[in-house]
Amino acid sequence: MSKVIVITSGKGGVGKTTTSASFAAGLALQGHKTVVIDFDVGLRNLDLLMGCERRVVFDFINVINGDARLKQALIKDKRVDNLWILPTSQTRDKDALKKPGVEQVLDTLREEFDYIICDSPAGIEKGALMSLYFADEAIIVTNPEISSVRDSDRILGVLASRSRRAEQDLEPVKEHLLLTRYDPKRVERGEMLTVEDVLEILAIPLLGVIPENQSVLRASNIGAPVILDTESSAGQAYYDSVSRFLGETLEHRFITPERKGLFQRLLRRTA
Amino acid sequence: MSLLDLFRKNPPSAPAARERLQILMAHERAGHKGPGYLPKLHKDLLRVCKKYMQIDDSKVSVRVEELGSVSMLEVNIELPGDGPAYR
Repeated sequence: MSKVIVITSGKGGVGKTTTSASFAAGLALQGHKTVVIDFDVGLRNLDLLMGCERRVVFDFINVINGDARLKQALIKDKRVDNLWILPTSQTRDKDALKKPGVEQVLDTLREEFDYIICDSPAGIEKGALMSLYFADEAIIVTNPEISSVRDSDRILGVLASRSRRAEQDLEPVKEHLLLTRYDPKRVERGEMLTVEDVLEILAIPLLGVIPENQSVLRASNIGAPVILDTESSAGQAYYDSVSRFLGETLEHRFITPERKGLFQRLLRRTA
Repeated sequence: MSLLDLFRKNPPSAPAARERLQILMAHERAGHKGPGYLPKLHKDLLRVCKKYMQIDDSKVSVRVEELGSVSMLEVNIELPGDGPAYR
């Protein structure tokens, strides 16, 4: 059974697209045929993070409008098997996202793919609403910072009232919290909200904690999802999160400051 | 600024963040996690409005605001068109 997963947050700049790219790549790496769709019409960036910006010919909006076939717009990732990207338009605006059109594209994708990842734009306007409307599950990307937590709470309210599952009285959208840009050192110094603080306030299950890490910017610089950087803490934390999503039980890593040398930690982990 | 200030650490600010959020959430949740009939009321209102005007689903909002001991039902209907709706 294929699943539609929305990656959303309300607030901008918290790591939705980074998460979409890594999550999609992670699911594909674990053998699931996955497509990731950019819903940020007019401000497309997923293609950049996936490193396929020069291969975009047709896009999501072309398909919705019937100007191109889905097969023509889908871009196959060159590094990861089972992974496809559906970029969006850079010239149109969110009004191009018509509900019946979006539904038709998603229904067609459901026939072919195990997972359909919807990368939501920031805000709670049309683009964000359209990206979450058809979702079966939602990953709420949150930074340990008050405005991000507040906006996440708001988007949880939107999911519970404005998604298709809510409108049609179906089983509610399954929610997962992904805490990103977490800095254990600053948490220890009392400068940052703790995982527990955020969990207590948002009260949804924790999927993972992604530590603040230089590898994330490096990954975007070179256009490769950070999950492919298997040496980095952020990459490993994303991989763990994907495994948890797929049902594994794994302890959360990188939530306390590193005490031992890096070498020791690595030894312990591979042992 | 005295020389001593250079060595003085800022007090932890995370507890303040947590407290502010908790107060804020308690207030704001009263809005969108209101009584169970709200979604149905919202749907019915939309249906009635659509009998008389072309209206987008997102233009009708229904929420319950709690101000102290008083609960207030707030219904917002944004009218379509590019000018005053009473024309």
